[in-house]
Parts: sequence; C-alpha cells; structure tokens
Amino acid sequence: MIPESHRFPDRAGLALADEGLRLALDRARQGFIGNRRKAVDALPEFPALREAARRIKDHTLSNLDLYLERFESQVTASGGQVHWAADAPAARARIIDICREAGARTVTKGKSMVGEEVALNEALEEAGLEVVETDLGEYIIQLADETPSHIVAPAIHKTREEIRDLFAKHHAPLGLGPPGLGNAELVARAREVLRRDFLRADVGITGANFLIAESGSTVIVTNEGNGDLSNTLPRVHIVIAGIEKVLPGYEDLCTVLRLLARSATGQEMSVYTTVSTGPRRSADLDGPEEFHVVLVDNGRSGMLGGEFREMLRCIRCGACLNHCPVYHAVGGHAYGWVYTGPMGSVLTPLIVGLDRAHHLPNACTLNGRCEQVCPMSIPLPSMLRKLRARGFERGLGTRTSRLGLAMWGFLARRPALYRPVAGAAMGVMGWLGRRRGAFRRVPLAGGWTAVRDLPAPEGETFQRAWRRRGSGGR
Amino acid sequence: MSAGSGGAPAGSAPAGGRDRVLGAVRAAVRRDPAEAAVRRAEIEARIAAREVHVRPPVEGDLTARFAEKVALVASTFAPVKGVDRVSKAVADYLDEHGLGREIVVTTDPLVEQVRWSNEFAVARRAADPDDRVSVTGAFAGIAETGTLVFVSDRRTPTTLNFLPETHVAVLARDRLVPHLEDVWERLRDERADSPRTVNFITGPSRTGDIELQLEIGAHGPRRLHVLLVDV
Repeated sequence: MIPESHRFPDRAGLALADEGLRLALDRARQGFIGNRRKAVDALPEFPALREAARRIKDHTLSNLDLYLERFESQVTASGGQVHWAADAPAARARIIDICREAGARTVTKGKSMVGEEVALNEALEEAGLEVVETDLGEYIIQLADETPSHIVAPAIHKTREEIRDLFAKHHAPLGLGPPGLGNAELVARAREVLRRDFLRADVGITGANFLIAESGSTVIVTNEGNGDLSNTLPRVHIVIAGIEKVLPGYEDLCTVLRLLARSATGQEMSVYTTVSTGPRRSADLDGPEEFHVVLVDNGRSGMLGGEFREMLRCIRCGACLNHCPVYHAVGGHAYGWVYTGPMGSVLTPLIVGLDRAHHLPNACTLNGRCEQVCPMSIPLPSMLRKLRARGFERGLGTRTSRLGLAMWGFLARRPALYRPVAGAAMGVMGWLGRRRGAFRRVPLAGGWTAVRDLPAPEGETFQRAWRRRGSGGR
Repeated sequence: MSAGSGGAPAGSAPAGGRDRVLGAVRAAVRRDPAEAAVRRAEIEARIAAREVHVRPPVEGDLTARFAEKVALVASTFAPVKGVDRVSKAVADYLDEHGLGREIVVTTDPLVEQVRWSNEFAVARRAADPDDRVSVTGAFAGIAETGTLVFVSDRRTPTTLNFLPETHVAVLARDRLVPHLEDVWERLRDERADSPRTVNFITGPSRTGDIELQLEIGAHGPRRLHVLLVDV
C-alpha cells in the first residue's frame, strides 16, 4: 500500500464524522481495555515480567548481529533456508522467486504485519499468484480491498452487515448463497470457503511473532488456527519476519509469551502458540517439504543504530492503540498506512520517511498511557516528541503552526520576557472575553476554534496565581 | 529513507542481501569488531545457561489447577483411571455430542496402548479433510495455563491437531508440568533433535474478528476434550 499518512488531517476529519466507526471503536476500546486490565491484575508478577522482557530484548538488540548469524546457522542445520532482504522490494522479489521455483499457483497467508509493510499481496498477485488471506479479519479486509485498521483485529471497523454483504458478493461465484447475519454463520462460512483454499495451496506464508536463535525456530501466536493450517498443509512454508524478532532461547520466549496475550486480548495464552523448526523430517506424515525464512530490514537497522532503538522491542500486541485517545477517536485508517496508533506514529515516519508522515507524531496528546501499558516499556511519548522536533527542524508542517511554534519558542527561552508578555496577553484576553466568557475565533488558532470555543482566561497567568497561592497559603 | 510503499513491480533480488543487512546491523550495534569472538562466547554461554526468568508460582495440586484452567478456555476435561478405560471415555464423549465411532488416532506409546472396543473404526495416519474426530497423544500439559503440548513426528502428525472438528487429547498424568519452561526441559532431555512442530494449544479454535464477539471454531477444532490418564 502506498502510504497516505500525509493526508492524516483530512482522513481524521472523515473518520470523526463516521457514526458506524464511532460505535466500532467504542466497542473495541471497552473490550480490549477491560480484558487487559483483568488479566494484568490477576498476575502479580506482571511488572517483574515486564522488566525481565525489557532486559532480554535490550540484550538481544545490542548483540543482534551475532544472534541473527546464530539463528541463520540453526535454520540451515535443520534443513531450512534463510534469505535476507534489505528493503521492501528485495523482500517481495525474494518471496516471488521462492514461489516460482516451487512452481506455485496458490498461496495461503497467515496474518503478517511485515507482509503488509512490504505490500506482499499486491506483488504476488502481479506475479500471477493467487493469494488468500486466511486470518478472518485479514480475509475480510482483503475482500473489501482495504488495509488493517488495527494490528491485532484488522477488520475492527467493519459491521456484520458489511461482512455479510462482502461474503455474499465474493462467494456467489463459488455457488454459495448469502450467509446468515449471525456471528456463528459468518464464521462458519469463512471456515468452509477457506478450508478449500488451505487444501489446494502450494505455498503457505506466515509471519513470526518471534525467532529463536537457540534452535533456528520461528514462532507464531494465533487464536484461529489459520496460521497452523498455512504452516502445515502446503508443501512450501515461507516465514517473513523483521530482523528484530529474534530472541536468544526458549526460556526467553516463555517470559515474553506471558506478556503478549495478556496485553493484546487479555488471554493468559493465545489458543495456538506454534514453534516451527525446519521442514518435515523424513519419517513425518505431514508438514512442508521446504522451509524458508525471509529476514527483512526495511529501516530497522537504522533504528538500531540511532535514538529509536527501543522501538525494536515492540511485540505488536496493540495495547498502545487500545489505550490511545487519538486512535479511539479516529480509528486506524486515518493513519494512512499499516501501522496505527502510537506505535504506528513512531514506526511509519521511521520506515516511510518523516516528510511523508510528519502529521502522525503530532496526533498525540502526550497523555502517556501508551507507555504505561506497553509490555516492553517503550517510551513512545518521548519518541513522538523527538519526531516532532525533527519535523520542526526540517521545516515540515504548515506555515502558521511553524510561526506559532517559533514565536512561542522564542518567548519560552526568555523567562524575563515571557512573564510580562504572557501577563499582558492574559490580562487583555480576560478583559476582552469578560462578557461572553469564551472566544469564537483566535488569531493563528483558526483550526482549533473552528470546532469549539476557547474559554476566556480569568486575567491572570498560571505562574502568577501559583506564586500568590504559595506565599499566601501558608 | 527506504520506502516501504507498494506498487513497484518486483525485479530480481539484489545480490548480497545478506552482507548488506548484516553489515548494516553490525554497524548499528556499534561494537568493536575485535570483540566479536568474546561476544560470541558470551551469547553461547547465555543460551547454554537456559536461565529461567520470572515464573508465576503454581502451587497446590497440579491436576486441580490444570483442570480449572482448561475449563476457563472452553475446553472440557475428564480424568481417566487407567489406559484401559480410555476407549470407554472416548465413546462416552462422542455419544454426548452425537458423533459416530470413526476416529483417527496417533501412534505414540500411550495411545497405542488403548484397546479400542469393536464399535470403533480406527485409522492411524495424518488427517484427511473429511475426518471428524481425532484422538491424539499429548507430549505434555501445563498447569500454569491449561495448555496442551503436541510435538510432530512419524507417530504424531500435526494435522490431527487442526483439521478435524473434534479433537480429543490424551495426556498421561505424569506428563503434567507446572510451567511453560518445563516443557522445553523435557523436550531437550527426551529428544535428540528438535521436532518440526511444537504446538502449544490452549482451548478450541476461536476468533474475535467480527465485531469483537468471541466465536468458537474458526479454522481449527470446534471442540477440545482432554482425557487425563493415570498410567
């Protein structure tokens, strides 16, 4: 998908006017927040696990070169192959090559965010392959020709009526009538249709939640079982994964698993955690004959070497999205690319370029909840601040906002000037607004006052009021 | 910065992808190349140490805890007093759900000991698309979370855990362990090579992808029944 993040203000405006989306986002917020809270409260060790996970990941990242080499040698030793892709075109080309060498026509896919990131489906289809997304949410948005609006629940913005209509339209050529509107009927229909695809696919492509250096294993965590059918039934299994996914050993995996499902959905364990090592063994009765792992950099080594290394701790649980008031107001599609919410507002500028996504770090109230709930303790708000500063340095943003920020910055660095200027401004505004108690319009803040009034100040600055209280109150 | 955008038609992969990626990662970790051998020894030692980090305590009776957790994830559970009673326990469960007597089973040592009564039609193979019921031997059970563990080999094909709508897992009581980590310890002790697939399964298949409503039976089994057998 071509990033549309530069259109965030327009897209957010449209999203805010969408009543159906409002309902869907409310439902999501309530469900995700409550379920996570219960799961975390039930585990007194949660803070200790968080600390342990942070240490594991920091250690791994500071030795990532060696852990990747070790992972590769273990994959090879178990009969698989590792491929390296510096960027999105390289990842797409490598996977197409593997499919062609296998003589493949049909591909089933488990959910993969890095697959979305490198726009794998479009490339495979252009290469003449039939691609079927098999995670129910991904399947729905593939039929609708949309991108995921949530990294854990990709079709969270769709109502069951819309899903029923999509199924009716796309299943008619298979000789199937429109399904019923019940949840069970819709799920059963998807199961029936996708089962045929699993059984005829030549290649299964999955992502990886983790890679294990100890054994050369890849790990997927799912609830539906679609990843496992993609893992097991086709004769070729391709795993696409970011280079940051590696963990040293199985004990490290256990620690991070205790955080992942609780943070994502409030489960103690997701239904299926599957560890794959190499292709089927010679005596095995099932499993793929080939096992490939495509390791994707696409901007990650840049993060590793700079001030955004901690972002590589992210395990894609979605907790930061679920707790973000901005995500809750505008939904995932406003962000204009595959990663959304706070983690997306950091990752998107770092992967596609700040010039194409400079609105995203500004779409944040700096309330800090994302960092509080992040199981990997990623300092998302301070990263967003750093990206704002970079955007300002590079001259991004509207002329008005830059002028306003420049004026404010000039004053804020000169307290002796700031105090009298602020005092005078508050005095004048308090006097001007004394009758209505609010302003309908404020110079330089037209965007803000277009949808709300600015309450008039009482005529005194906060600093002065604070000083008065401090001396008078004791 | 590199573009992650789509649309561009795929060419052929640039040569030297490995050197490019690993070179960039080496530069980014900013470690002295002269230290590589020492660092490599350190990470090998760390992996070999298999250090356990933080584990929530699993106290009291393992079976009771396991049964409690299994029920919480919408599986069902029945204790079975001896392997000679497994056939009856499976028959009872199938009757309860109006299922016939056609089953596909694994050939691991525990399930091989089961003497199926004459009414059963028993197949021993990987799963076929039309199979309705599988009976598979579990490698372990985890009391911490009510999780079952299955490993693939010539006796225990993975597809039996996923394709049939009804999955009956047979677990020997002495294979019940407190924590996730214990499974890896057993695997390393008991298997010379790592299996192709290790499945940690916690309940029947489910999805929340339609309006976040939980629905059981997405792509994997709709029912998961656990028989805990005293051996």
